[in-house]
Amino acid sequence: MSRPAVELVCPAGTPAALRAAVDAGADTVYLGFRDATNARNFPGLNFSREELADGVTYAHARGVTVYVAVNTFPGAGEPGPWHAAIDDAATYGADAVIVADIGLLAYAAETHPDLRRHLSVQASASNAEALKFYHREFGIKRAVLPRVLTVPEIAALTEQVPVECEVFLFGGLCPMAEGRCLLSSYVTGVSPNRNGACSPASHVRYVERGGTLATRLGDLTVNVFQENEPAGYPTLCKGRFHAGGGEASYLFEEPASLSMVEMLPDLVAAGVKALKIEGRQRGRAYVSEVVGSMRRALDACLAGTPPPAGDMQRFLEGRRETTGAYRKTWR
Amino acid sequence: MTATLCLGPLLFNWPAEQRRDFYFRIADEAPVDVVYFGEVVCGKRTPLFDAYFKSVVERLRAAGKEVILSTLALVITERDLDLVREVTAAASTGLIEANDVSAVGLLAGRPHVIGPYVCVYNEETLHQLVLRGAECVCLSGELPRHDLAVLAASTPIDLEVQVFGRLPLALSARCYHARARGISKDNCQFVCGDDWDGLPVETVDGAPFVSINGVQVLSHTYVALLDEIESLKDAGITRFRLSPHHIDMVAVAQIFRGAADGVEDPKRAMDELRRVSGGATMANGYFHDAAGMAWHEAGGANPK
Repeated sequence: MSRPAVELVCPAGTPAALRAAVDAGADTVYLGFRDATNARNFPGLNFSREELADGVTYAHARGVTVYVAVNTFPGAGEPGPWHAAIDDAATYGADAVIVADIGLLAYAAETHPDLRRHLSVQASASNAEALKFYHREFGIKRAVLPRVLTVPEIAALTEQVPVECEVFLFGGLCPMAEGRCLLSSYVTGVSPNRNGACSPASHVRYVERGGTLATRLGDLTVNVFQENEPAGYPTLCKGRFHAGGGEASYLFEEPASLSMVEMLPDLVAAGVKALKIEGRQRGRAYVSEVVGSMRRALDACLAGTPPPAGDMQRFLEGRRETTGAYRKTWR
Repeated sequence: MTATLCLGPLLFNWPAEQRRDFYFRIADEAPVDVVYFGEVVCGKRTPLFDAYFKSVVERLRAAGKEVILSTLALVITERDLDLVREVTAAASTGLIEANDVSAVGLLAGRPHVIGPYVCVYNEETLHQLVLRGAECVCLSGELPRHDLAVLAASTPIDLEVQVFGRLPLALSARCYHARARGISKDNCQFVCGDDWDGLPVETVDGAPFVSINGVQVLSHTYVALLDEIESLKDAGITRFRLSPHHIDMVAVAQIFRGAADGVEDPKRAMDELRRVSGGATMANGYFHDAAGMAWHEAGGANPK
């Protein structure tokens, strides 16, 4: 298949979302299996082997590629599910696997040398030497860059490394270096790296307290909302906390979504090969609308025309958006 | 087998003279075998200690301590990367601890140590790192005993676990110390230097949550795997890391030395550790396959 100059990589948590993404203009759809081998291991989400096979058929028939994320870290003594995920991604025709763990990269390289290996954002490879290592030792073709870099830093990086660089364009935002954050497991015992879930819904409670709503994760209050405030999901790093006895504030990050639509030309000029939309946990309607909007914005950008005016507001978490670490002032 | 007691890298931004004196005292008095040394958290801090770097390393080595130079954990800017290149290129007589994959790549082919900021969760990853020269791996604090035992059984190299101090939980491009003060990272004025054990962060209810150390988030609780030392040894862990705090670390080292050598009553040792730690809340949850902030009852309840 001929590949676009800049690829739009879109999320699918369900077969319906996959078809929606393909129909709305995705160049690639990424997905995961229904177990702890991927970083969106949520109830009711993800793909069986049959669903992957059907999805690949649907996508390939329309010139769209499919990547399988196997981007958690295999547990000690239980590589089986992770090996099976790599094997089955190859068997069922996935175009690449997205992997974070060094041992699993080695397994994939040895067992399926012809299956494209992409380095997951969960590997937190934020510099040229790290990317060169993964390329030299495990033959990665592409890396998803962590959300810690500014656009100029990305531009400098793409010049230096022998791999394609993929960056996040739109969706949820981790303020921490990905794959190296233990906040969720510290509070709940459920680990993004080991279990594929951050701040899991099973540990969330909403508690009414005299006109306010407290959102809790495990034993901790993550935020308190007034009656007229929209209550956000209690992801630990998006909560309000007191630092050193000061006023409660969004110490780590505001409950905002990442949107780089306004800086699309800068990302393209920085030499990135692919733009990723976060949101495998999102529904079909969301995927359809966001992918469609991003498709139009990217097409306009590549054609050198201004992006079409579109209102993404209702998709945004807490109805706010940020360009995150892409602008230096974020730091 | 005798247990190797290690002092992890100082994570906090103490004044240079205080840092120097801390290490001089460790050299002279602390019963530790290994001292990790170097800036792990923020590249901006490195020049602050340059003047004393050599004298500290010499004093520690003269005292018979093995000195292992630690590298930065989050490497973003060219300047960060130059610091890693500088440390890893040093024609040093000692080992270097890689805390980012950049350093793993630069050290490949010669003996080195893997630090706890590199994700090592399973035997295959461990094996790949050993193939490239890792002689010791300090594992993530997140791993339960089962995983530690499986990893130790799979490898000929030494494995290390943090048994004392605030646990590293997260890193960011953003400086939370600066953000908490309403200033930018570029103009941070080194405000992280004001909090010698980290800046406490509480929930809106006033419950303790974490501790901020510049771009790093640490646990509020102090890991205390004291009662668990025997179990760790049985699991095949041979090295025990104490993470420095602004308390009497010589006394902490003595307590763990006694426990590791099996000559100290665990209950008394724990009481003594609590006293020395100035009332810090202890945690051992990860080891017992629970939330990291939890305290497992077998070790006795945390005093209110």
